Amino acid sequence: MAGYTRHDYDVLVIGAGGAGLRAAIEAASAGVSVGLICKSLLGKAHTVMAEGGIAAALANVDDRDSWKVHFADTMRGGQYVNNWRMAEIHAREAPDRVRELEAWGAVFDRTTDGRILQRNFGGHRYPRLAHVGDRTGLELIRTLQDHTVHAGVTVHMECTIVDLTTEDGRVTGAFGYERERGRFMLFGARAVILATGGIGRAYRITSNSWEGTGDGHALAYRAGASLIDMEFVQFHPTGMVWPPSVQGILVTEGVRGEGGVLRNSTGERFMFGDIPDNYKKQTADNEEEGWRYTQGDKNARRPPELLTRDHVARCINRELKAGRGSPHGGVFLDISWIKERLPNAEDHIKRKLPSMYHQFKQLADIDITREAMEVGPTTHYIMGGVQVDADSQMSTIEGLFAAGECASGINGANRLGGNSLSDIVVFGKRAGEHAAQYARGHAAGQVSEPQIEAITRTALAPFDRGADAEIPYKVQQELQATMQDLVGIVRTDGEMREALGRLADYNARAERVGVTGHREYHSGWHTALDLRNLLTVSEAITRSAIERAESRGGHFRDDFPAQQSEWGKHNVKVERADDGTMKVTRIPIPPMPDELKQVIEEMK
Amino acid sequence: MARATFRIWRTSGTEGRFQDYSTEVSEGMVVLDAVHRIQAEQAPDLACRWNCKAGKCGSCSAEINGTPRLMCMTRLNELPMAEPVTVEPMRAFPPIRDLVSDVSWNFRVKPRIAKFAPRTPDAPDGTWRMAQRDIDRVQEFRKCIECFLCQDVCHVLRDHNLHEEFIGPRYLTYAAALEMHPLDTADREGALKKDFGIGYCNITKCCTKVCPERIHITDNAIIPLKERVVDRFYDPVSRLLRMFK
Repeated sequence: MAGYTRHDYDVLVIGAGGAGLRAAIEAASAGVSVGLICKSLLGKAHTVMAEGGIAAALANVDDRDSWKVHFADTMRGGQYVNNWRMAEIHAREAPDRVRELEAWGAVFDRTTDGRILQRNFGGHRYPRLAHVGDRTGLELIRTLQDHTVHAGVTVHMECTIVDLTTEDGRVTGAFGYERERGRFMLFGARAVILATGGIGRAYRITSNSWEGTGDGHALAYRAGASLIDMEFVQFHPTGMVWPPSVQGILVTEGVRGEGGVLRNSTGERFMFGDIPDNYKKQTADNEEEGWRYTQGDKNARRPPELLTRDHVARCINRELKAGRGSPHGGVFLDISWIKERLPNAEDHIKRKLPSMYHQFKQLADIDITREAMEVGPTTHYIMGGVQVDADSQMSTIEGLFAAGECASGINGANRLGGNSLSDIVVFGKRAGEHAAQYARGHAAGQVSEPQIEAITRTALAPFDRGADAEIPYKVQQELQATMQDLVGIVRTDGEMREALGRLADYNARAERVGVTGHREYHSGWHTALDLRNLLTVSEAITRSAIERAESRGGHFRDDFPAQQSEWGKHNVKVERADDGTMKVTRIPIPPMPDELKQVIEEMK
Repeated sequence: MARATFRIWRTSGTEGRFQDYSTEVSEGMVVLDAVHRIQAEQAPDLACRWNCKAGKCGSCSAEINGTPRLMCMTRLNELPMAEPVTVEPMRAFPPIRDLVSDVSWNFRVKPRIAKFAPRTPDAPDGTWRMAQRDIDRVQEFRKCIECFLCQDVCHVLRDHNLHEEFIGPRYLTYAAALEMHPLDTADREGALKKDFGIGYCNITKCCTKVCPERIHITDNAIIPLKERVVDRFYDPVSRLLRMFK
């Protein structure tokens, strides 16, 4: 058997984006030993890509804001299938987490009286997103990273976990390899926190980096934990569409928050044509009012461009299908028009949206202060993930916790922009706290040799099969095309069953992928191993989406276009059956306490 | 579609050599796209570090036609495509494999710099007040994506190998962001002089030229820090005053 090195920690955190870093800091501050696994180098995780801001009801810009409004907005955005307790905790604790970031050195943009500035964002009633231009994620991850390096956390960079180890229904550690040399590593742990982010790489067009292969989702599933809400995938309405090589790269919602408008090829602002009933009261019905809202007029209602992401993405999709798209198959997103309204509009755009300005200038030869961008939907985020206890973030497996995108509950059927950065610090902290507590109360479990041998065999199998086998990149590309075409923004039973058939085929082919050469920094090998996880999450998404025979939030069924109240009472759960097949069940959502119901009523 | 040749450095650590790969290129492609295409079609074991492919994470740093750049932000139409495009790893760091070099030294430097230490909060609710104009400069430094291209090009590190005595432009910028943070109370001036080797920088501005975030590393970060160190330790008047203290 191949050798490995062993490292033991009280708490092992897998993933070093915002959630993982925040969890590691919290666990370390509780006095336990902490190991932190980064799939990349420290500070490169996908959090770095978050642009618009972090949502927290600080009420610095509009004093009508409070945790209650934030809670109600989050539930409305999630179409009421959220874990209401998580939504409540999130709304209550986000402000403290933002203030804490400032105490750790984050430098948010300021109001004129020197406090943290907040901006408008889709689905948020009041200006709520603390931000740093359009690079808030970088600010957040760097602040947490710089804090972590002084917190006594042991960091393992460029390390990928292949599988978790368990004993009698409890997690005991994790086994993986370090990328640079390809050597195996065993991590014994009393508690493990998954903070691995998303699954975007299951789709062809995505805003996610290569790391978003659903590792945490799949690790948890294989270890026996339940996943919920996997049918809810967020397609961000505005990704770049041209040139082809940058297709999918995110264009921040902040563009629309600053007054950017969406137009089709006829020049029409098509979003005014389709405002859902439950948002009619809060949405402007004319361009003038929408503009005033973006400029901070408290009496104005938000423009329809700032409706929730699921809705805007579908409207864009509809324009494209109706043949009213832009030359490269998107629609137009125009911020340059604000020069009609603002003096120094060019400088204003560059100051508020510096990364967007450079991104388009450098990658597409477009000057966004002078011309419109072309944008289209891109796979951005998964609301679904590991089922966790709202307060402790523990999964259905003892000692296994999850936080951030790979956990599920807070977002329901659709996530509001800005709620992800707040989610990761709120629940990252809680996961760290509770994992440390669990580790203190439980002795280390045993990791058995046969378990390690089995994982090692799986990991090395692609080398045994060599060069004549299937090429991992090819299977991955075909998988991405299938998910994009058949389980995308608009879904039908027939297409998804077709997808299931193809997934079975890819599963069989994934068993035959092979690579040659050495284990050092071998991208082909890494792709072969990531493929397992992509296949698991793709199947979970597809099966859950077939199960939910209605449309809600990020999940739209062409064969069941209406929302159905009965489905509003259930989540879809996925777990591994004893025979190794994927089992899908509906689980009832616990009734909401009266206080919270009342909050939602008040905010309607 | 046109074809182009990419001359890519292949190594398993010790010796290395350039190998030519011919691949199809299309409109709008960046160097990283070409490397990925070569990986998928011809060389699945070609090692290359990357992440976001949007110029935000700073992972895919390399030397393209001899210049330190991000592969994901280098458009092919900026390069003379009739010639082979050379792609090499950052040379100031030890090679690991192909385009990947060992940048771990950078991660060991940061913890040596005293952490952020804010003053007591300004308001009873534990928050601070800062004017936007007072944080503009710090925000410029905090744009850094830690791609380490500035470290790669800095001759103090690259040619003179003074990694033990000099922290390099990235960490001088990091120190500047802390020193100029309106809330920070820690003192790093002594360390900048003694341990971080700020005197080694002779302001050739190579770092500023390669910064993909266009941070004015030399003018806005290093020179003001040098001035602070000089005022503190070399100004004759304050030296005299110190003698009588």
